[in-house]
Amino acid sequence: MSATGEQAQTGVLEVDGLCTDYGPVRAVADVTLSVEPGRVTAVLGANGAGKTTLLRTISCLVPAREGRVRLGERELLGSAVEDVVRRGVAHVPEGRGVIGELTTEENLRLGGLWRGAPAEDLDEVYELLPALRERRRQPASSLSGGERQMLSIGRALVARPSVLLLDEPSLGLAPLISARIMELVRRLANERQLAVLLVEQNARSALAIADRGVVLNLGRVVADADASELADDEDMRQAYLGF
Amino acid sequence: MTRFIDLTLNGISTGTVYAAVALALVLIWRSTRIVNFAQGGMLMFTTFIASAVINSGASYWVGFVVALLSGLVLGALVERLLIRRVAGAPPLNAVIVTLGLLILLEAVAGMIWGNTPRSFPPAFSIRGYDVGGTRVLFAPNDTFIVLVVIGVAALLGALFRGTALGLRMRASAFAPEVARLLGVRVGRMLTVGWALAALVGSLAGVLVAPSVFVGPNQFDPILVFGFTAAVLGGLDSPYGAAVGGVILGLALSYVSGYEGASLVTLAALVILLAVLMVRPGGLFSTTRERRV
Repeated sequence: MSATGEQAQTGVLEVDGLCTDYGPVRAVADVTLSVEPGRVTAVLGANGAGKTTLLRTISCLVPAREGRVRLGERELLGSAVEDVVRRGVAHVPEGRGVIGELTTEENLRLGGLWRGAPAEDLDEVYELLPALRERRRQPASSLSGGERQMLSIGRALVARPSVLLLDEPSLGLAPLISARIMELVRRLANERQLAVLLVEQNARSALAIADRGVVLNLGRVVADADASELADDEDMRQAYLGF
Repeated sequence: MTRFIDLTLNGISTGTVYAAVALALVLIWRSTRIVNFAQGGMLMFTTFIASAVINSGASYWVGFVVALLSGLVLGALVERLLIRRVAGAPPLNAVIVTLGLLILLEAVAGMIWGNTPRSFPPAFSIRGYDVGGTRVLFAPNDTFIVLVVIGVAALLGALFRGTALGLRMRASAFAPEVARLLGVRVGRMLTVGWALAALVGSLAGVLVAPSVFVGPNQFDPILVFGFTAAVLGGLDSPYGAAVGGVILGLALSYVSGYEGASLVTLAALVILLAVLMVRPGGLFSTTRERRV
């Protein structure tokens, strides 16, 4: 039980018939998918396909027009954004969402404030991501792109989520760093039984670590299959995945 | 030389009051990007409440505490009832709301307490210290003003840097959407921020009231000087607000002493213009301006 009395949920994240509109434009159209604990589902597609809007709708940052989003037994849609994390969903937004004016440690602490996370929880993150320990007193604005990404993921972990929503974690990173981040994501899913919904433009690296792939085009699901099947589908690769 | 020392001491005392007003403005600017033009009206109103309490027979200290508490409540109410309604709207909407609130508060204060300025007691003696047989322009009440403003600034610094509440408030100010994703109740933090800012403003009101008297429009120049101090130090920097207030207090004290009191407001405006032209971000702002 959290400090606020909210019960963090575990179980399958189920998105069913989700629609999101921006004015007259339907950005997410009838999307259905699910993510199980310990599994990584990659959401792929070109710019403007609705990937980020999908995550923002699940986090309740953007209101849904129709559909349902359930985590375990609980409906998430209609919750306050602040309560979604209390129910077990951590969202690492596009651009990493690191608060540059705060130090690395303050950013990490912020992730667990709502549940009164003890200092040992930060130590766990430092053990997992040792580079952050060295930078703990530095302003987050001074971190490199890769370190910032690690910080934003580490900060999400302090919340002890059961679902991790990752929006373009490899964006702007060197290939080597990007590969390390993807490796970390896979490890977290395996070791912590996290259900990971990974939005990526870099379809090749996302499918390499994902169990399942969902391809969006103009807000609609055009493919939902095992990651290896998608990676092997020549037509799909040429039409939507760009590799 | 004695005159210079007198003016310097006087400048430090008035400067700390400007620093308190500047701090109130900066606290709100940092969290909501709104310049609270109603700050002068709000501190006037809470000082009137303190004056009424003291005039009813209560001690100065009861009035002092009531002023601070009423500032806390007024700040929270203003954020909840007015500012939240214009959140996300064009910035001009908030400017108009705060200007409207200033006019409203001044009108209501006039209706309740009248438009004739009334005196307000100092906390301590305003008779200057006797230093080597010479009476300097710095009294025990000035010592109180300087110490209490430094104390409040230090407490605010400790709150922001050393507590979970302060961390939540800073996160809400710097990146509200990210803060919400991390479970911070940003709306609540903004209410707390406005309440604290109004408390600091109320403090400035009761500290400066013995010199300017209490009337619906008596505190307008204080808001102008506080705003100038905030711009001078950098609207984003609480530290800058404190230093800017003291620099402005000193500058205006020298102008008043050497050139005449009538030039004080003009001098403040000249300083404001000079800062905006030479260093628009202020002396201590971390935000960099860019050319477009």
